[in-house]
Amino acid sequence: MKVGIVVFPGSNCDRDMYHVLTDVFNLDAQYYWHEKTLPKNIDAVILPGGFSYGDRLRAGVIAAHSPIIKDIQKIANKGIPILGVCNGFQILVESGLLPGVLLKNESLNFMCEWTNLIVENNKTPFTNQFKLNEKIPIPIANGEGRYYVDDETLKQLKKKNQIVFRYSQVVNGSSNRIAGVCNEDGNVVGMMPHPERAVESEINPIDNKPSSLIFESLLVKMGASN
Amino acid sequence: MSLEPQELSELKSKIGRDPTSTELHIIAAEWSEHCSYKSSKKHLKMLPMKGPLVINEKGYDSGVLDVGDGYVVTAHIESHNHPSAVEPYGGAATGVGGVIRDILSAGTRPIAIFDGLRFGNIEKDQQARWLFKNAVTGIADYGNCLGIPTIGGEVEFDDCYQNYALVDVAAVGFGRKENLIKNHAQKDDLVVLLGGSTGRDGIGGSQFASDSLESEDRSAVQIPDPFIEKLIIEAILEARNHKLIHAMKDLGGGGLSCAVSETAEALEIGIEMDVDKVHTRESNMHPDEIMVSESQERMLIVTNKTKLKKLQEICKKFRIGCSVIGHVKSDNQMHVKKGKKTFANLPTDVVANATLLDLPSKKPAYLETIQKEKKLKPISNYSKTMMTLLASPNIASKIWVYGQYDHEVGIRTVLKPGADASVLRLDNGKFLSAKIDGNPKQCYVNPREGAIGCFEEACRNVVCTGAKPIGMLDHLQFGNPKDPEIFWTFLESLKGLTDFAKYFEIPCVGGKVSLHNETPAGSIKPTPVIGVLGLIDKKPLVPQKIIESDCLVILGDTKDEMGGSEYFEYIHKFIGGRCPSVDFAESKKNMKTVLDSIENLLLKSVHDCSKGGLAVAVSELCMTNQIGCNISLDKIPCEKLDVDRILFSETHSRYLMTLDKKNLKKLETLLKKNKVSFQLVGHFGGDKIQFNDGKKTIIDLRVDKAQKTWLNSLRDLVLHG
Repeated sequence: MKVGIVVFPGSNCDRDMYHVLTDVFNLDAQYYWHEKTLPKNIDAVILPGGFSYGDRLRAGVIAAHSPIIKDIQKIANKGIPILGVCNGFQILVESGLLPGVLLKNESLNFMCEWTNLIVENNKTPFTNQFKLNEKIPIPIANGEGRYYVDDETLKQLKKKNQIVFRYSQVVNGSSNRIAGVCNEDGNVVGMMPHPERAVESEINPIDNKPSSLIFESLLVKMGASN
Repeated sequence: MSLEPQELSELKSKIGRDPTSTELHIIAAEWSEHCSYKSSKKHLKMLPMKGPLVINEKGYDSGVLDVGDGYVVTAHIESHNHPSAVEPYGGAATGVGGVIRDILSAGTRPIAIFDGLRFGNIEKDQQARWLFKNAVTGIADYGNCLGIPTIGGEVEFDDCYQNYALVDVAAVGFGRKENLIKNHAQKDDLVVLLGGSTGRDGIGGSQFASDSLESEDRSAVQIPDPFIEKLIIEAILEARNHKLIHAMKDLGGGGLSCAVSETAEALEIGIEMDVDKVHTRESNMHPDEIMVSESQERMLIVTNKTKLKKLQEICKKFRIGCSVIGHVKSDNQMHVKKGKKTFANLPTDVVANATLLDLPSKKPAYLETIQKEKKLKPISNYSKTMMTLLASPNIASKIWVYGQYDHEVGIRTVLKPGADASVLRLDNGKFLSAKIDGNPKQCYVNPREGAIGCFEEACRNVVCTGAKPIGMLDHLQFGNPKDPEIFWTFLESLKGLTDFAKYFEIPCVGGKVSLHNETPAGSIKPTPVIGVLGLIDKKPLVPQKIIESDCLVILGDTKDEMGGSEYFEYIHKFIGGRCPSVDFAESKKNMKTVLDSIENLLLKSVHDCSKGGLAVAVSELCMTNQIGCNISLDKIPCEKLDVDRILFSETHSRYLMTLDKKNLKKLETLLKKNKVSFQLVGHFGGDKIQFNDGKKTIIDLRVDKAQKTWLNSLRDLVLHG
């Protein structure tokens, strides 16, 4: 079971994600530089957070043109689980793999704080161990984290069950308080908060169990498909 | 350029000829106060720099501490005051960049940033507000992009920084001892310039920083590019893993002049370089400009021919510049050429060693009058005074600032900003605690005691997390050193710090001196900023939530030491009085007692008692735990004092210990055994912060109201004035 962590110039949560996948969940994780190709037998791919290309032009927009994105699109079509966290989410959105766009926070500031997520869809490879409406205490850390979709798209997202996480209260002005979405097939998930910062009790002041379920969901999914 | 006439004649006599224009530029940069420490170097030697954990090797730009199991922690502090006063966003951002490269140049990965910020009165002065806001954004944009958490710091406002800014940045690195760069070089090794291109920004920055700020010379301010810095960090750590780096130095103040001459001098080699080989941002740059440009995000690396290819491959992967600009010689000369033509050829020891000065000092006249206290207007309503203090910019919560800094990235942050000290977990199961503290108000009233107080406060803060102090960083910021009165305050502060460091056996592992901090209204107050690193072998004390009927015990005596207090200065607008002074023996006993109590698992939390005194410290506990408390002032250990003194004196060596009442007996036994002064002063409960003088309740505040004011007032002030 191989999980690929895609590294772009400016990714900065890649090592945190690697630590969590390998040391906490005993997964076989490997880094893939954005100019490399992904192996055919990969079981899941994670796009970590950071500031790819220094957030120039708009967060994620340059990385969305990296060579590796073509591979990611291919494996997305095959139904392989893909998770984008923070800048990874921004890249998935900018490359068209997920709907919507991420704008500057309503405060116009970078925000680093703990918040609560509500699980809205527990059918994805990253949420299958949650109960619906379960609460996840988790930190956010972003400047461009305000998810925006127009009303018509929002209607479609609701209809197709593509809203995965919502904030329990208004955080940054996101449409419908959306914090994470998936594609129509549900295998590609993007979220602004950082689950890799919340799975260890030593650094999670509240409760590390809910965030752990994101990775445990992936373990269950991969166990089931192998 | 700021080369003095006698320095010029000295240079001439040392090299036996007239210097070339390039040589003059190089010397002016390298002999500037900023690079040479010519006014302070003789005196800095008094600080103890050795200790059992300190690793001293040549050419390190940061202090190195052995934290066991094959791991090291590196640390350094820098300031970027002049640039930040002119262009706060770029000045503060490049301040972060510079200190990060100092950590990197030892071969360690930067894992934390701390920043100490000081500005004028933001309540009255719009420019101070603008400087503050933009410096914070500059730090946030730079540190966040690098993915290095900004986990602590301090913010202070004082009239003495009107039209000025102090931006201090400290950084901590971590790595394996075996990966430390062992700075060395052999004849014919290659000298490589790696990273961003050299442009016309930051020309003469070090001289700019070594003069009083008279003109807003924006071209002397460097332009930040955190993305390039991030690529450099990853490229260099990859090169380090492949053992490609023989020696390394960051390009900071003085640019290439400083990096090349100091590398050559430290390694006892010569370096011949060609300015045509430097990758530049603009065409037609003169050799003089190339040599003193302080363009950011550049590193100087010494490697050899066989390793060069791999180094170039790594740089290509990250798409950063990598130019072989010269090679190592055995002649101890710094030889700068453009093609075949020589522009400078100087002995490295001449370049790297400015003649040190022995400046005169004289006790300032103001100190004779300032110590006397005047009669203050009596306080009629202490609750109101408390609310005023909680909303005051120096005491209000700094959440508006640290909420903009990513303080979680790197997943090491156990204790986050807002705690007494920040705590990081290390790969060997130990924990690093760190804090920076300054107190110009007290340092002005008493330069010696004030400086010691900053040092003790930083120690107290790391002790509150269960850490034993293992190293100190000092950043000494003063006005023009040629003024004997200012130089006296510098020496007094330094002597105080030295005495404390020696008594407590805390080595100084790094530091910086920043002089010429002058505003249009005169010199800044003496502003030493002290960083303390502490090590926790087992577990840090992570504050547990305080609940109904938990006990509050105060450790340490409260004394009539109001000089430089927020109460005197903010409430009464009075500068003067007796500054708190540290009793070394009592301080040591109290620190040990706190650590013993933590080790015996008797406490829920320990909170340092400092700015705003006891009243503010207790309120902070209540507000962060959203619980009330009831305190009897007659139980506070002290000589007979007026109520306002007990509430607001900023006496050092005091700690607030909170605990479950079931542990009270055990704690009392331990405190008695250690022969410290302590009292159980109250219990938590209800929803009000109450202080009682006998039977009379003199402070009565609702916790939620106090909390709202404390949390929001700084943000409201910045956003709405």
